[in-house]
Amino acid sequence: MTALLEMRSITKTFPGVKALDQVNLIVRQGEIHAICGENGAGKSTLMKVLSGVYPAGSYEGEIHYDGALAQFRSIRDSEERGIIIIHQELALVPLLSIAENLFLGNERAASGVIDWPETFRQTESLLKKVGLREPPGVQVGKLGVGKQQLVEIAKALSKDVRLLILDEPTAALSEADSQALLDLLLELKAQGVTSIIISHKLNEVKRVADSVTVIRDGTTVSTLDAHKEPITEDRIVRDMVGRDMAHRYPERDRRAGEVLFEVRNWNVWHPEQAERQMIRDISFTARAGEVVGIAGLMGAGRTELAMSIFGRSYGRNISGEVTVKGRKADTSTVPRAIAAGLAYVTEDRKSLGLILEETIQKNTSLANLEGVAAHGVINEAQETDVAEKYRQALRIRTPSVFQRVMNLSGGNQQKVVLSKWLFTGPEVLILDEPTRGIDVGAKYEIYGIINDLSAQGKAVVMISSELPELLGMCDRIYVMNEGAFVGELTAAEATQERIMSLIVTE
Amino acid sequence: MNQTGKGGVSAYLMKHMRDYGLLFALIAIMVFFEIVTDGTLLKPVNITNLFLQNSYIIIMALGMLMVIVSGHIDLSVGSVMGFVGALAAVMLVTWDLPVWVVIPISLVVGAAIGAAQGYFVAFWRIPSFIVTLAGMLVFRGLSLWLLAGQSIGPFPKSFQALSNGFIPDLFGVGKPNVTALLAGVVAVAVLLWMGLKTRARNARYGIEDEPMGFFVARNAIVSAGLMFVIWKLAGFRGLPNVLISMVVLTVVYAFVTERTTLGRRVYAIGGNEKAAKLSGIRTERLTFYTFMNMGVLAALGGLVFAARLNTATPKAGFGVELDVIAAVFIGGASMSGGSGKIVGAVVGAFIMGVMNNGMSIMGIGIDYQQVIKGLVLLAAVFFDVYNKQKQG
Repeated sequence: MTALLEMRSITKTFPGVKALDQVNLIVRQGEIHAICGENGAGKSTLMKVLSGVYPAGSYEGEIHYDGALAQFRSIRDSEERGIIIIHQELALVPLLSIAENLFLGNERAASGVIDWPETFRQTESLLKKVGLREPPGVQVGKLGVGKQQLVEIAKALSKDVRLLILDEPTAALSEADSQALLDLLLELKAQGVTSIIISHKLNEVKRVADSVTVIRDGTTVSTLDAHKEPITEDRIVRDMVGRDMAHRYPERDRRAGEVLFEVRNWNVWHPEQAERQMIRDISFTARAGEVVGIAGLMGAGRTELAMSIFGRSYGRNISGEVTVKGRKADTSTVPRAIAAGLAYVTEDRKSLGLILEETIQKNTSLANLEGVAAHGVINEAQETDVAEKYRQALRIRTPSVFQRVMNLSGGNQQKVVLSKWLFTGPEVLILDEPTRGIDVGAKYEIYGIINDLSAQGKAVVMISSELPELLGMCDRIYVMNEGAFVGELTAAEATQERIMSLIVTE
Repeated sequence: MNQTGKGGVSAYLMKHMRDYGLLFALIAIMVFFEIVTDGTLLKPVNITNLFLQNSYIIIMALGMLMVIVSGHIDLSVGSVMGFVGALAAVMLVTWDLPVWVVIPISLVVGAAIGAAQGYFVAFWRIPSFIVTLAGMLVFRGLSLWLLAGQSIGPFPKSFQALSNGFIPDLFGVGKPNVTALLAGVVAVAVLLWMGLKTRARNARYGIEDEPMGFFVARNAIVSAGLMFVIWKLAGFRGLPNVLISMVVLTVVYAFVTERTTLGRRVYAIGGNEKAAKLSGIRTERLTFYTFMNMGVLAALGGLVFAARLNTATPKAGFGVELDVIAAVFIGGASMSGGSGKIVGAVVGAFIMGVMNNGMSIMGIGIDYQQVIKGLVLLAAVFFDVYNKQKQG
């Protein structure tokens, strides 16, 4: 197999930072090539160099594509040559239909007048290729994330893609959707499409990749070839973090105490569609010092459950009872839920958890401003001390707490969100996808923090789409499907297969 | 921290271009008009006029800053100001009510108007642009109705003093007004003391601060400018009452926005409303309050304006909302909310005020004045965006 793409000694410097240092990447024709590395290792920068976001001349090194030296000056240049990137944040217009999105900027038109029959015909054939069974006229905003991802891929196919680059394609997808997406990649490969996949999910990388390039601190660490030797997750992790990681999940003393948190007969209806019940009669408990998991597919209603409990931030006609430390708790507004000892770490830290433009300090004190103020006047010295304390305790890597949160990596941002909630002094922490989109090293640290919290006798409820994470961390796992709990497993009984079969057999 | 070496200083300057730029822009504009008006701009009587003319803009800019920081806009302030001025005139002249009754009633009416608009914005989530556009039309119409197209005046002396009064010289010297000079010295001392205190705190926590040279130069310019203005005022009739209320309000609002939990929460709402709400901040209620506050300040602006003209006219407040909003944006607030400072808004209002005043002295027609003011607003915001892009 010949190389479709060869990036040679790519060096890219920003003022004061060398983001890429002599990076080499060879992608062969017709393979699936995975790029792995911690957040901030330089993966996205490398892809921006490749796609022309950083134009030729702004970096050192050479890009050879399809046998010739390529000098892309813009995304348009690289797209014309069949290089298409699908970013983590999807670039679809939610209010337009699938067909309109597919041909946005590339309309099937004659002298400016759109040929709708042709557009719909082509859309249908593209949707068939990616296995999406939806009418072309459906608004994209009404589709789930998994299906939107497929629309993006169909859009790439409409542009005669030769090299498809996917940045964390499964980060927001459920297990089933992820599998479907990976199958699609394999099928596209069979049709001759070469792809590069950037992913943190090593089991997926292992499943589909023909070769893997690991990047660490802006340099190429290794390139592994699945056809020569089997690629193991341990090997990739070792190369990514530069050290052996014998245990992916830190050890914890498992000693559960009294029941600290209890939810009984919880029912929630959809905020707009009055007849649609989102949560059906759910009851569960969490003991002091216990980590309880909630497993389920995307759309099972886990986030809706958590947010409806936390200050009725989701849904309507909510009924049911919440008990904290044996006493009935009023969680009808967010301030009351916080006062009752609850904390909710959202799955979407950027849009629901943080004020990105503000400093670490101001984000840390946000949920408990009274804690750093007297008579409504903020004591900034005290506020700084508090932020500094959590920065050290949670090891947030930043020059100072006056850094804006937007400049931090995903893992460090998540630690700021955790700091904010720890400063409210909660008894019960509901963590919704606490490690989504953050790298292996930071994940391990978050797990450590969770263990510390349970050691302090807090009750932790952990929602996650990554089953290995739940299995590695939790004492008990509730399995959720279509708004109801369909099973409960102890750590000893739980396996990925059992959880999946509980979901499927329902 | 990073103060050593030229890289540190120029990097610092780059990062804080906006803050210094605003100050330099004000100075440059003043110097320019001082020259082209042959020294009329900085004559004691004109400086006094500058304050009297712009006081109501500045008072409303304080409230508008909070509205804009919270991610909203209030287009109705000009009309509300005109309406409350008209209402006060009716109460004072037609109904012959005493001043001490009229002022509180006017402020309460302003609060009620702000509350009504805030109610729709905060609790019904109707875009503030639309709600306050409606308010703008409603209250413009109501002032016309109230005045029946006529002007009402004159007002009792005690009401006029709201705007045209001066603090008498407590030391009996008169010229120069020693009370004014003393107040100036105290103000400079307080400014320096607070600057040094902040600097000490920043050093303790390792917060990046301006290089010492900048600190000295900036404070020297500000102090000298302040004393210069005070000296001129002292040579005329002393400190205008309205200047005192302006300074007090500015200090109070700067304190509230920068140092209190209330202010912090308003910034949080503008920065990310959903995150603020999930952090236990009562976002609706606070948004409601910012509009109510705006209503009170618009009413105060209306009183000050009416008192200055000594008459309430149907045209009062016409288009003023644009000057107020422009002042806030020139002062560096972000359209999307979450950032902006009280001091910036006040300096922005002065920039607009000096331009209005200078161009009028030069005899430039109202047509060109509008064009120039529009371009200045665009330039200021462009400068902002350009700077941000260069840093990003």
